[in-house]
Amino acid sequence: MKELPRPRRRLPAAAALLAVLALAGCGFDTESSGGGPGEPETEGITLYSGRIPAAIGGAVDRYEAEADRDVQVRYADTADLAATLVEEGDASPADVFFAQEPGAIGAVADQGLLAPLPAEVLRLVPARYRDPEGRWVGVTGRARVVAYNREAVERSELPPSPFGFTAPAWKGRVGWAPASDSMQEYVTALRARYGDERTREWLEAMVANDAVDYPDNVAIRDAIAAGEIDAGLINHYYVAQAIAAEGEDYPVGVYFPRRGLGSLMLLTSVGVLESSDRKEEAIDFVRSLLEKPSQEFFTTSSKEYPLARGAEPDPSLSVPLATIPNVSGDLVEIEQLQATIELMQEAGAL
Amino acid sequence: MTATRAAPAWLSAAGLLVAAAAVLPAAYLFVVVVGDLGDALSVALTSRTAAILARTLGLAAAVTATAVAIALPIGWLTVRTDLPGRRVWAVLCTLPLVIPSYVGAYLFIAALGPNGMLQDALGVERLPSIYGFGGTWLVLSLFTYPLVLLPLRGALRRIDPQLEDAARAMGRGPLEVFRTVVMPQLWPVLAAGGLLVALYVVSDFGAVSLLRFDSFTREIYVAYKSSFDRTAAASLGAVLVIVMFGLLLLSSRLRSAKVVHRLGPGTLRPARPYRLGRWRWPALAFCALVVAVAFVLPVAVLLYWASEGISAGSTSFSRAAALGGNSFLVSAGAAAVGALAALAVAALAVRHPNRLSGAVERASHAGYALPGILVALALVFFATRLVPPLYQTTALLVLGLTIHYLPLAIGPIAASLLQVSPRVEEAARGLGRSRADVFRTVTAPLARGGVLAGAALIFLHAMKELPATLILAPLGFETLATDIWTQTSFGFYEASALPALLLLAVAAVPVYLLSERGAAVP
Repeated sequence: MKELPRPRRRLPAAAALLAVLALAGCGFDTESSGGGPGEPETEGITLYSGRIPAAIGGAVDRYEAEADRDVQVRYADTADLAATLVEEGDASPADVFFAQEPGAIGAVADQGLLAPLPAEVLRLVPARYRDPEGRWVGVTGRARVVAYNREAVERSELPPSPFGFTAPAWKGRVGWAPASDSMQEYVTALRARYGDERTREWLEAMVANDAVDYPDNVAIRDAIAAGEIDAGLINHYYVAQAIAAEGEDYPVGVYFPRRGLGSLMLLTSVGVLESSDRKEEAIDFVRSLLEKPSQEFFTTSSKEYPLARGAEPDPSLSVPLATIPNVSGDLVEIEQLQATIELMQEAGAL
Repeated sequence: MTATRAAPAWLSAAGLLVAAAAVLPAAYLFVVVVGDLGDALSVALTSRTAAILARTLGLAAAVTATAVAIALPIGWLTVRTDLPGRRVWAVLCTLPLVIPSYVGAYLFIAALGPNGMLQDALGVERLPSIYGFGGTWLVLSLFTYPLVLLPLRGALRRIDPQLEDAARAMGRGPLEVFRTVVMPQLWPVLAAGGLLVALYVVSDFGAVSLLRFDSFTREIYVAYKSSFDRTAAASLGAVLVIVMFGLLLLSSRLRSAKVVHRLGPGTLRPARPYRLGRWRWPALAFCALVVAVAFVLPVAVLLYWASEGISAGSTSFSRAAALGGNSFLVSAGAAAVGALAALAVAALAVRHPNRLSGAVERASHAGYALPGILVALALVFFATRLVPPLYQTTALLVLGLTIHYLPLAIGPIAASLLQVSPRVEEAARGLGRSRADVFRTVTAPLARGGVLAGAALIFLHAMKELPATLILAPLGFETLATDIWTQTSFGFYEASALPALLLLAVAAVPVYLLSERGAAVP
């Protein structure tokens, strides 16, 4: 048999070399960046953030500058990070967990993974915006509201509460995101206020009224802006941000219904990991998030409600924080959330 | 026959090692499910689970059939006919593979959804809805058919034209020759490619959630996002693993007991291209339509967004380039490790079919049917408990991506090995080479088309992978995909367009090599 040309024989060898290099290169990576668990080599804490860089960047930068410390951040979906923290257990490299949804931080706390926060930090926010057991504290609030297309709908046509969206006039015109955390938190609050029976009736009536199913709040907002639907159940700041970016002509308006839990405050929150060996710094970081400049960053950049005592909401947020009901501590119990999912599945909403 | 002799120990050991790594996600699910068996069974064994599973399998079957229906004519036209510009068409028709399904779905909604660009352009009141089964089926078919096309073109080039000549000499018409002579030789690659498409559909989350199709992965997402108690998600994941084994069995039925390598002596003569004549116009129109819908349309939307994003000053080229470097590093690592691992698995399965090699091959598919997040959590679970120094390293990320996408390389490599006659290897053995030597100097080089194709497929998918990358990447390690996620999750579509375009550009290189050189194996 003829000898094969040389390059052909090199292929597996080249692949092997590349593989070894890739793996070896990674080893160096860790040494230089110091991201390994247990013994961090850089000066600073590690943050697991369910909030994206644009939402927290200014506050993190301020802490880094003022404390002269680094913050290493892992950004991912809040639920994914919560699941990761549970799998990591004691070996977690994280010092602080910043959750976008209350359910996730409640789950992590229930696994005994969060350390108690000192009273002086907890006192920075009103009692209704923190864990009764002091394991996490709210940072900003996101209100559940009704968004609507200002060209298609007069504000006076909107029902006084989301219960009104089951009327025949709204058939096929309302968007919601049953799979989103914020919607599920909202349904949990409805159950607490009105009971399972009334909540189920509403969910079933929404489904029967052809409520349009979207994966998330952004999709609802964009669908309203595009005229695909006329109204939707959404978080207030998605619209506020779009108005800030697109100008006053943006066709979507926000409405805080007065009745029937029409609006509801959901918290973003932080906790310090029990496994952290930098708890002092981690607590300093939590405190800095609640200080005035950071709270101001949150409300001006993302249009969320600041929760620390004395912090002023962005001028565009005309509805005062205190008038919006919020999910109290015991509502974020995991059992409650699971029961909500089951209820939503039985009602055909999920 | 000698092909079924026991495998050499080193090859078996390599295969077992690969299989052991590949079953890590399944082992993790097993640990979690057994930890709370009652709860797990109560989640998995419901009529609701069965209904969603049936719906998901229906989608997988429809997408697979459509992907084959698109790939088969394109493959044949670009390899075996005188289609004008067939090399260019070959590259263009492979390019949709570089578009991540979550990006593709988003672009399709922007273009074809209610009040989208098409509706504006036509000025009509309403278009047929893109949401639900129809839209999901369309989008997934358009972005997965290259998984069938790539191995198919390789196989078509390796087909011995003498068989067809003989059949024609005996008076059979072109269609009958295709049906009775060509098709039987294509079944193995169609089965392998179809399996990849079906498993991709089953494990996809991005497209199905955006297009509002209630699939099994969405159920997993809802389960674990809401409960955080991992049992529900893990037991549903375990159901997916079982489904995957079913599909695997189906695929191996289709491809088993087929002798597809050449039996005759001498070198392979290039096939004489069929003359299309007047038929070249509909043929060109078909290729153009597929390219227009599956590639030009999404890229046009991205370019439009990118121009908006750059004028708004929200994207930076240097940042996008740094992200591209990270994406490339990780994906190339996964491609290299994965291709070697797949070569061992495929060599075992094809050359030494027995119980052990069959088990190794099936086990190697375990990570592909699962959503990326479950693969990532499994590695978090094992790395923090067993090898803490490996945790939070790029190596673990590369391992995770390799495990997730390994089967993408097994199919093409196995198909190319099937077309290498074992007699060539026997001849080398007869000339005094050791088995390892034969593998290194004869088998691997002859299968190199498949190896390259497999490596490129892993590379492409690793570049696009999102949840596993977010969780497993070392702190501060960002890639193009994670950046796209960051931008889109807050609704900054313009800002995501530049990294998305760069991702396409980097991914297009292996696709070009794949369609031009990878398949060009004598």
